[in-house]
Amino acid sequence: MFVYILKRVLATIPVMLIVAIFVFLLLRLTPGDPAAILAGDAATPAQLDRIRERLGLNDPLLTQFFTWMGQLARGDLGVSLLSNTSVAGMVADRLGPTINIALMTIVISVALAVPMGVIAAWRHRTWVDFLVMSFSVLGFSVPVFVIGYILIQIFAIELRWVPVQGYKDPSEGFGAFFSRAILPSLTLATIYIALIARMTRASMLEVLGEDYIRTARAKGVRENVVLFRHALRNAAVPILTIIGTGFALLISGVVVTESVFNIPGIGRLTVDAILARDYPVIQAMILLTAGIYVFVNLLVDVSYSLFDPRIRY
Amino acid sequence: MLTMRSALKDARGLAAALLTGTALLAPGSLLAQEDETTITAVMHSGLRVLDPVITTAHITRNHGYMIYDVLTAVDADFKPQPQMADWEISEDNRTYTFTLREGLKFHDGAPVTGADVVASLKRWGKRDSGGQLIFDVTASLQSPDDKTVVWTLTEPFAPLLDVISKQSAVPPFIMPARVAETSADETITEYVGSGPFVFNEEEYEPGVNVTYEKFDDYVPRDEPASWMAGGKVVNVDRVVWTTMPDALTAINALSAGEIDYLEQVQIDLLPILESNPDVTVETRDELGYVTIGRPNHLLPPFDNKLIRQAAMAALDQESMLATMQGDPAYYNVCGAIFGCATPLGNEAGSEILTGGANIEKAKALLEEAGYDGTPIVLMAPTDVTSLINQPVVAAQALREAGFEVDMQSMDWQSLVQRRAQQNPVAEGGWNMFFTNWMVPEISDPLINVMVNGRGDDAWFGWPTDPRVEELRAAFVAAKDDASRNEIAVQIQEHVMDNVNYIMMGEYLIPQARRTAIRNMIPSPVPVFWNITKAAE
Repeated sequence: MFVYILKRVLATIPVMLIVAIFVFLLLRLTPGDPAAILAGDAATPAQLDRIRERLGLNDPLLTQFFTWMGQLARGDLGVSLLSNTSVAGMVADRLGPTINIALMTIVISVALAVPMGVIAAWRHRTWVDFLVMSFSVLGFSVPVFVIGYILIQIFAIELRWVPVQGYKDPSEGFGAFFSRAILPSLTLATIYIALIARMTRASMLEVLGEDYIRTARAKGVRENVVLFRHALRNAAVPILTIIGTGFALLISGVVVTESVFNIPGIGRLTVDAILARDYPVIQAMILLTAGIYVFVNLLVDVSYSLFDPRIRY
Repeated sequence: MLTMRSALKDARGLAAALLTGTALLAPGSLLAQEDETTITAVMHSGLRVLDPVITTAHITRNHGYMIYDVLTAVDADFKPQPQMADWEISEDNRTYTFTLREGLKFHDGAPVTGADVVASLKRWGKRDSGGQLIFDVTASLQSPDDKTVVWTLTEPFAPLLDVISKQSAVPPFIMPARVAETSADETITEYVGSGPFVFNEEEYEPGVNVTYEKFDDYVPRDEPASWMAGGKVVNVDRVVWTTMPDALTAINALSAGEIDYLEQVQIDLLPILESNPDVTVETRDELGYVTIGRPNHLLPPFDNKLIRQAAMAALDQESMLATMQGDPAYYNVCGAIFGCATPLGNEAGSEILTGGANIEKAKALLEEAGYDGTPIVLMAPTDVTSLINQPVVAAQALREAGFEVDMQSMDWQSLVQRRAQQNPVAEGGWNMFFTNWMVPEISDPLINVMVNGRGDDAWFGWPTDPRVEELRAAFVAAKDDASRNEIAVQIQEHVMDNVNYIMMGEYLIPQARRTAIRNMIPSPVPVFWNITKAAE
């Protein structure tokens, strides 16, 4: 297992290098000028050129690339062209809200979606199954910002149970954090509940038709044990895959939800940086996102063996 | 500052709390506004650039007024008034002597000296177009002692006080000399001013939040506050600017009392706020903004004056403003290139603009010019709400007049890069784009970059216009207001004839505040002195 993990970790190095080259070139080929954003609308072409010179944007592409790679090798993500602040600091500030909301969303989603999927499969082709699938279709179909606005209208404006917007770190008090994080988490969870419930139902339906399930029932094993210990465990691999992918998606940024609930997360940082052509921030964000995907995929692969003893590395 | 490690620790704590069922809903107090010593404001954009001299971005200028002070400042009558300093002018109008008032102190405790003022003005003079004109005729700028600054000119520059007192793009904020010695093409890295608020660097999150604290040692002037002049009396302990990218969220947050002030309200969302008795909607900036079209004078077909005139005849202010704003209460048909409500504002020769589209005249002009159907590349930004409609309305009007229009959609960043290209259209050039300005930014011939006629050194569009340069020089030399007004009329008539740019009218942006926020002074720049906040 250890050798497998080590191999996978080493394999990420060329992947990240290719991502870095690709991102660097893509950004330089995209039209846009960070100096123009920095200087504002009234700057003359001559002033812009002097600022570009200072920022190193007039250097040859190869020089710019190797300067950046040199910084990366030293663990330095560089400095934002606009705010002149450390990119690592900016990313760290935004990572907390994103990870916390993502975790809360995944916990809510798994807690609701897995039982829903199991019950839908168990009560296949009954009204329960129909209800779960209807919710699932709705969850996929309704745009996330509409769900967000509806939740804000009900819980923040009409009932006034929670604030409309904003984010507080858990270190400022769990109540303050939870009251602000619950609506965005529920909003995001709607999609993931739909996704995970469908996947659980499909996977469970396949497993519930297996001989060993019939044997367990014939031996008089209680139904909940059949469902959750025998069937769900064997149905877990595709469910874990979808949870892992969902988590990586959540971490890499959910810009619409972050905007609707005014959460200073990774998604907004990335979009703002792209609109301002803040190259060091965009490069860092895309590398981080790629890293998150690689890491989460590795975690998911490793976790297969916990649920399915037949899988060995 | 939250580190990566603490973020992960928090995340683990959260997971544990959720799993153990300790998550509880917030107590009611969480939903209340912060106390009455803090004002939470949602500004028009996030603060990312902290150097108010290197950029003309409005949010950075607003930040500048929070933490820095200025030597002199313009009041609500457009008159320069003493702020950090009083002045005397020599009889030959070539020497200005500024005397710093008592009690001026930077936030690090050091006194403000003449050396700080000299260094700040020199850096500003390298960035600001008006400042560059003054330094073109500067013989010396010196500080003979800590309290005095002497500015000697080679020839009189009558609007000197107007230029250094202007409220926008770019005011000469006074910084410590060690900061002001930073190159004018490089952003400063230390944010120490002598203004009424102190920048809280610890709590600053670029583009998200910025916190200002009252500077206890600030000594306000005795005069009442008026625009950027007068006594800057601070009545709250903290001001927090926060960014909300979603307009409806900001409206909801104001309605729920989570924020105190919303700098800009989308007009289609106004009814939500107007029905709330706890919220006041108003327009504190009565001058507002202008929207303009800029033709590229270097490339065909707009290198031909008649064709530029045809484009102007084809465009209709009313329909463009109505498409942008909807509600006529928030726009104003106006042909004055210096703004309709400014001292130099006049509408001479603008009937062609304000009288509605004249398609027949546009067609006749095109025929007279021998327009050969060269397509006009009209750049249309898709990601700036206040600029989305103008190219669409203009394209339709120009086509009706007989122009071939190639409207190209792009994001604003692509537009600002492309508009700097002087190449032919086939090699990345362009023919026209639209943009907006605050009225004070176009209110006189020295500030208004679009009437600069210095060819390659002019603003994008690059008109080579000796006549307008001659008039601008005459404006600088004019000795009194009457002469300046006369020259402003001549510039207006010339720009209408030469079509340096096309003024498409004025519009206003409403603001909203909780009714507990009182005594905000009317100003084009939202300022946070003078304001009081009552308990709700």
